[in-house]
Amino acid sequence: MSVPEGLKYTKDHEWLKVDGDVVTVGITDFAQNSLGDIVYVELPEVGDSVDAGDSIGNIESVKAVAELYCPISGEIVEINGDLEEQPELTNASPFDKGWMFKIKTDVANLENDELMDAKAYDALEK
Amino acid sequence: MSEINVTPLNESHKELGGNMVDFHGWEMPVIYEGIVAEHIRTRETVSLFDVSHMGEVIFEGKDALAAIQRITTNDVSSLAIGQVQYSAMLYENGTIVDDLTVYRLSEDRYQLCINSANKDKDVEWIRKNVNGDIKWKDISSEIGQIAIQGRNSDAILQTLTGYDLKEIKYYWCAETEIIGSPVIIARMGYTGEDGFEIFCQKSDTLKIWKKLLEKGKPYNIAPAGLGARDTLRLEMCYCLYGNDIDDEHNALESSLGWIVKMDASDFIGKNALLKAQNEGIKRRLTPFILEGKGVPRQGYKIFDESGEVEIGKVSSGTSSPSLKKGIGMGYVLTEYFKKGTKVTIEIRNKKVPAIVTRPPFVDVHK
Repeated sequence: MSVPEGLKYTKDHEWLKVDGDVVTVGITDFAQNSLGDIVYVELPEVGDSVDAGDSIGNIESVKAVAELYCPISGEIVEINGDLEEQPELTNASPFDKGWMFKIKTDVANLENDELMDAKAYDALEK
Repeated sequence: MSEINVTPLNESHKELGGNMVDFHGWEMPVIYEGIVAEHIRTRETVSLFDVSHMGEVIFEGKDALAAIQRITTNDVSSLAIGQVQYSAMLYENGTIVDDLTVYRLSEDRYQLCINSANKDKDVEWIRKNVNGDIKWKDISSEIGQIAIQGRNSDAILQTLTGYDLKEIKYYWCAETEIIGSPVIIARMGYTGEDGFEIFCQKSDTLKIWKKLLEKGKPYNIAPAGLGARDTLRLEMCYCLYGNDIDDEHNALESSLGWIVKMDASDFIGKNALLKAQNEGIKRRLTPFILEGKGVPRQGYKIFDESGEVEIGKVSSGTSSPSLKKGIGMGYVLTEYFKKGTKVTIEIRNKKVPAIVTRPPFVDVHK
């Protein structure tokens, strides 16, 4: 199971890539593998104001549906439109082409004990 | 708690990377490399399924025909030796004990193949309702079952048996051998593709399974799990007991009228079905296809086109790997049963448009 360095991780199996006050969010390799073939990703809308912990979308695979949680408060500034036609990108490339959405946040929100580094996430009981 | 049941192929599944789950008390592979990959491979070439968890009951004797006529809805007297029939056992109230297949093996000998999850209940039902000059036996624990499914099944299996498989037509069977082991080969399956279900001795299951994998290599054969088995059967609108048929809907509501032969015998449940027919069938099981995005799943509510009137419930749903669309079956009020009727499926507070259709969802390569 791949767990790249340099990202932050949540216990809900999402990853965050921080670039200033814009955070890109996706689901981890473990999450995509558990879900299996992803067939539909329901994303929030650009401009949505979201709070950490909110359920802001859904990921449908052939066998199950999983909620997409917002790991951090802020405003949705971009979504991955490619997933509309190619939801399987999240299976093939969970940390790159399969990203889900970008949030503009207050950098203070990133000082959060709930967010793990790669080592801590890798050690997490799954 | 009783220990989990395992099939003779349990170790093989684990060696081959099967993701094992508890399926109604059986440890079975649900996924190997992925549901979609296994599904598409079955549609395009060939897959192997372990169905050893299924139950088998043998009926033998002068009154075997009469006994099976009494407990099943289809017309057993229409079966020639070697012919197979899809059928159902009903309760007195017309709801379903189980769906099953009936194999006429010789003049007075028949096999019933029943669902593993219902086996104990079915055997109890048979015990209660079968009498006369007949011997019957639950041989489930002695029998392994393998399904080879896909257009290349015939070519592969033919390398392992002296029996000319061309002699076995769709929904026919033969008692013969595979690599010298006694088997029943039936040309049928749960995927819609050409293929065979092989009943063998439990102790022969693993060696037949391995030989099929070996001989199937030129066709990229690989095992498929219960996940793909479910998406394949749903594309064909084959019922799954516990989802689409159960003891809450009668066989006519379940759209199984085609296996109910009222004139053939006085089967258990017939009077209730006749009464229901007279009163008018109020709800029907129908396939539907989603026009919008999303995946329908069991238990989701079905509404009319406006989304205002609740008209039923989804019994099975998935994302069709062949069509890349949401498909499902569900019970709707009879006035919404007509092909082409626009309905909506409630998927997490959204009403997603869908259209009532008729089986199957995909054309297969028979």
